[in-house]
Amino acid sequence: MKQAIAKSADIPEGGRIVIDIPGATIGLFRAAGSLYAYENTCPHQGGPVCQGLLIPAVEERLNKDGTAAGFRFDPSDPRVVCPWHGYEFSILTGRHPGNAAIRLRSVPVSEEEGIVYAEL
Amino acid sequence: MPNSEFREPHITIHSDTREILANARRDIDRYGLRDYFIVDVDSHHVELDSWDEILTYIEDPVLRRSGLSMAEMWPNAKRLALSNHPPGLTFQDVGGRIPHQAQLAEHVDPVPGEHRDLTLVRRAMDSMGISLQIVFPQPMLEVGLHPNPDVENQLITAYNRWFTERILAHEARVKSMLALPFNSPEACLRTIREFGEKPGVVGFLVTSQRQAPVFRNDYMPVYRELEERGLPLGFHAGPDYSVGKQMNRFVSVHAMSFVTCNMVHLTNWIINGLPERFPRLKVIWIESGLAWLPFMMQRLDHEYLMRQSEAPLLKKLPSEYMREMYYTSQPMEASNMKLLEATLEAINAGTQLLYASDWPHWDFDVPGRIAGLPFLSEQEKRNILGENARRVFRL
Repeated sequence: MKQAIAKSADIPEGGRIVIDIPGATIGLFRAAGSLYAYENTCPHQGGPVCQGLLIPAVEERLNKDGTAAGFRFDPSDPRVVCPWHGYEFSILTGRHPGNAAIRLRSVPVSEEEGIVYAEL
Repeated sequence: MPNSEFREPHITIHSDTREILANARRDIDRYGLRDYFIVDVDSHHVELDSWDEILTYIEDPVLRRSGLSMAEMWPNAKRLALSNHPPGLTFQDVGGRIPHQAQLAEHVDPVPGEHRDLTLVRRAMDSMGISLQIVFPQPMLEVGLHPNPDVENQLITAYNRWFTERILAHEARVKSMLALPFNSPEACLRTIREFGEKPGVVGFLVTSQRQAPVFRNDYMPVYRELEERGLPLGFHAGPDYSVGKQMNRFVSVHAMSFVTCNMVHLTNWIINGLPERFPRLKVIWIESGLAWLPFMMQRLDHEYLMRQSEAPLLKKLPSEYMREMYYTSQPMEASNMKLLEATLEAINAGTQLLYASDWPHWDFDVPGRIAGLPFLSEQEKRNILGENARRVFRL
C-alpha cells in the first residue's frame, strides 16, 4: 500500500530522518542525489541502526610496493553505523562492507510533488 | 500531508538509555521474556564519574589526602587521581561510532539519596527485561596493572566501601561480585570478611589483567574462605595494552587480550589441581566470550595426556573440569552458528552458562541474543538467562 510518510524537504542531500509509521520505524537517507529507506532494525542484534552516525567509509591506502600509506575517508561511499555495536552499512546498497549477506531491510520509496511515499 | 512521527534521528552520548535500548524492549514481547527470570551477570557503571567521592573513602590518610589534592589541583585528575586508567580505553567507542561506550550523559532528575548511576542501571534493566543485574566498575578492572600494589589495595577497598554503601544498599535488584585486592592474600581475606555478608554482595572477583599466578600457596586460604562461605569466584577479563605494543589497532588488542588473560588463569587453575583442592568453589570466567573454550579443552587435554606427571593432582581430563566451571555468555561469537552450537554443547551450557549483557559497553548482548538461538530448548534458554545464576548465586 502506497503511503505518504514525509515531505521531500525534510531530507536534504546528506541528511536523514527517522520516523515511526504504523507497524515500523524507518530511516530515510538522501545520498548521491537519491533517496534510500531502511527499517530501523539492525540485522545483527536488532539495534536502531538508522539512528547511528553518518560517516564516509574509511579506506586504507597502499603504495604500489604493498607498504601501508595510511587511512582516509571515501566521500563517495556514505555509511550509517548502528549505534549499538558499530555494524556499518553502505547507505547506497544497505549492505555490510565486510559481508554483503548482512544487509538492512530496504523499504521502497518514491517522491511526487514534494511528498515521500513508501510502499508498505 | 504525512502524519509520521519523527524520532530523534541521531543517538548520541546525550540520548536517554531508554531511547537507546528502545529496540531491546521489542524483544521482551517477541520472545515472551516477561515471565523469564533474567539475571545479567556482567554489566557496568562508570565509577570515574564519582571518583572524587570514592577518593574520600580511602583508608590511608596520607594517600587519601594525596588523591584529593591531585583531584583538586590537576586539570583532569578529578576523575583519575591515583588511578592507572589506561589511555587506550578511549579507543573503545570506534571513533564515536558507538556513543554509549563513551558515556551516558543523559539527563537524570536528581533524587535525594539516590545515586545517578542507580537510575541509569534501572533504566537499562527495565529496557532489556532484566530482573537482576550484577554490576561492576569499568577502568577499575585494570587496577591489577597498577604500578603500586599498596595503592591498588587502597583503591579497591575504597571503591568496595563506596559501592556497597552508595549503590548496593539502595536497590535489591542490583548485585555485585566485589574485586579482591589480589596482590595481598591477607587483604583478600579481610575483604571477604568485611563485605561477604553485605546486601547485594553475591561473590568476589579477580580482575584478570595482572601478573599474579593463581596457584601461589598463599592464595589457598582465600579460596578456602570463599568455598566455605559458598561465594563464587569470578575472573573478569580486560584489555592489556602491553599486547598493544605488538598490535597497531584496538580491534586486535581487544580480540586477543580479553581472552589471553583468562586463558592463563584457567590453565593455571586446572593444571595445578585447584578444582580438586576446592571442589565446592564455584569459578566463573567472565567476558572472554565463548569461542576460546573448545580450543582450551582440546589443547589442554591433548598436552595433559602426554605429560600427566606434570599435573598429578588431576583425576580426569582438563576439559572435564572445564565442564564443571561457569562462563558468562558475552561477547557471544555467533558468526558461525554450527561452531556456536558445538561450543555450547561442549561446555554444558544448559547448566554452566550465565547470560551477561556487558551493558553499556560497545559489544553488549541483549537477552534476545540467547532467546533467539534456534538450537536451545525452552528450558535451556531459561537456565542460561537466569536459572543457572539463581542456583550459582543462591538468588
